[in-house]
Amino acid sequence: MITSPTSLELIDAVIGFIEQRAAPQLKDRDAFLARVAVNALAAVRREIEFGPAAEDAATSRLRALLGHDGDFSDLNAELCEKLASGELTLKDPQVAAHLKASIIDQVKIDQPNYAGLKALTGG
Amino acid sequence: MLEDALNALSLGPVSGLRRLSGGASQETWAFRAGERELILRRKPDGVVGGGNAIGLDKEAALIQAAARQGAPVPPIVHVCRPDEGVGEAYVMGKVEGETLGRRIVRDDAFAAVRPRLARQCGEVLAHIHATPLEGLPKLVTSDAASELEKYEAVYRGLGAKRPIFEAAFRWLKDRAPTMEKPVLLHGDFRNGNIMFHPEAGVAAVLDWELAHLGDPAEDLGWICTASWRFGGAKPVGGFGDYEDLLAGYEAGGGKPIPLERVLYWQTLGSLKWGVMCLIMYQTYASGADPSVERAMIGRRTSETEIDLIALLEKAA
Repeated sequence: MITSPTSLELIDAVIGFIEQRAAPQLKDRDAFLARVAVNALAAVRREIEFGPAAEDAATSRLRALLGHDGDFSDLNAELCEKLASGELTLKDPQVAAHLKASIIDQVKIDQPNYAGLKALTGG
Repeated sequence: MLEDALNALSLGPVSGLRRLSGGASQETWAFRAGERELILRRKPDGVVGGGNAIGLDKEAALIQAAARQGAPVPPIVHVCRPDEGVGEAYVMGKVEGETLGRRIVRDDAFAAVRPRLARQCGEVLAHIHATPLEGLPKLVTSDAASELEKYEAVYRGLGAKRPIFEAAFRWLKDRAPTMEKPVLLHGDFRNGNIMFHPEAGVAAVLDWELAHLGDPAEDLGWICTASWRFGGAKPVGGFGDYEDLLAGYEAGGGKPIPLERVLYWQTLGSLKWGVMCLIMYQTYASGADPSVERAMIGRRTSETEIDLIALLEKAA
């Protein structure tokens, strides 16, 4: 793997370019889109940093919950089917704990300042 | 061209015509006609159909009907006929105020009026819901079960695998309330579509394009849906409390609604907005709209999921 620069450094460089050089020259909708672009890069950055650990943790929880091995995608699809049929519900503490932990990790990547994240994590 | 057509309406000499931003499915223009400040709401050229929108002639008729109930709405000045060359459109009086949720929830200018807004919203909804249905344009009727069916079909069609949506669909379907008597609903009563004045509070209810008949609690639940709080901590639009919304609804003559039923529709609201975020992302994925905004809105779906978990956990 190439590590100089790292992918995170490249993202930081592009964010810096948009914020400091490009955005000041834009107005109206383009200025708005530049802010969205920076947000998108910041989410990608967080996903690179935290995504793999979050998916590993989710996969472990799913294996314990569903009682068998499998990759994340298959296990998640199985959980979806069981929630849709009502075979599993949020009344099951293990289900509730898995969904809660997973969505907290996901919102920390997607929108870490969202008020609903603070409300749920008590922060 | 548009200016010529507006001049021909004989509202007064037209000046200062300018397009206002916002409004994805309809154009909004501001102009002066003589001494009057007016707003033109117009369907964009070349747009066939309008998704779920009811059509601008129906919108104008509903606004006039709601006005007769005492609901604050912009005064309708003229509904354009096809032969007038303006397009599908109507002209209304300009109402002073602010629609940006962020400002209403946070700006000091609204600090004094903010504690009164939830109650006012309840009163206004009671007035809208009291509109006699006789003589109204034909509107779709929907209840919780039909809304869930519609959004679940869309969600399944997208092929997404989101366990919290699955749990929410199941939970909501198992508890879908039966509708007693359908009433006129605004259908999109939330920050962004309500004009607030820093002193008077609710000044006008705008954007009636999603109006339909249904369960009164739907409109109350939608303004409590967390996606419209703009960082505000309080449940009603980020600015108020449930008790005030419900008390205002009763004071306005509305039949009392249990909080539980509002929370049900709030939960359905988060699910619906979550599916809508996926639909908007789909316009990027399909290549129809290549903007980074459409791509990124897909990452707001998880916000609705965290709100759903909080609601479902509390209800369990």
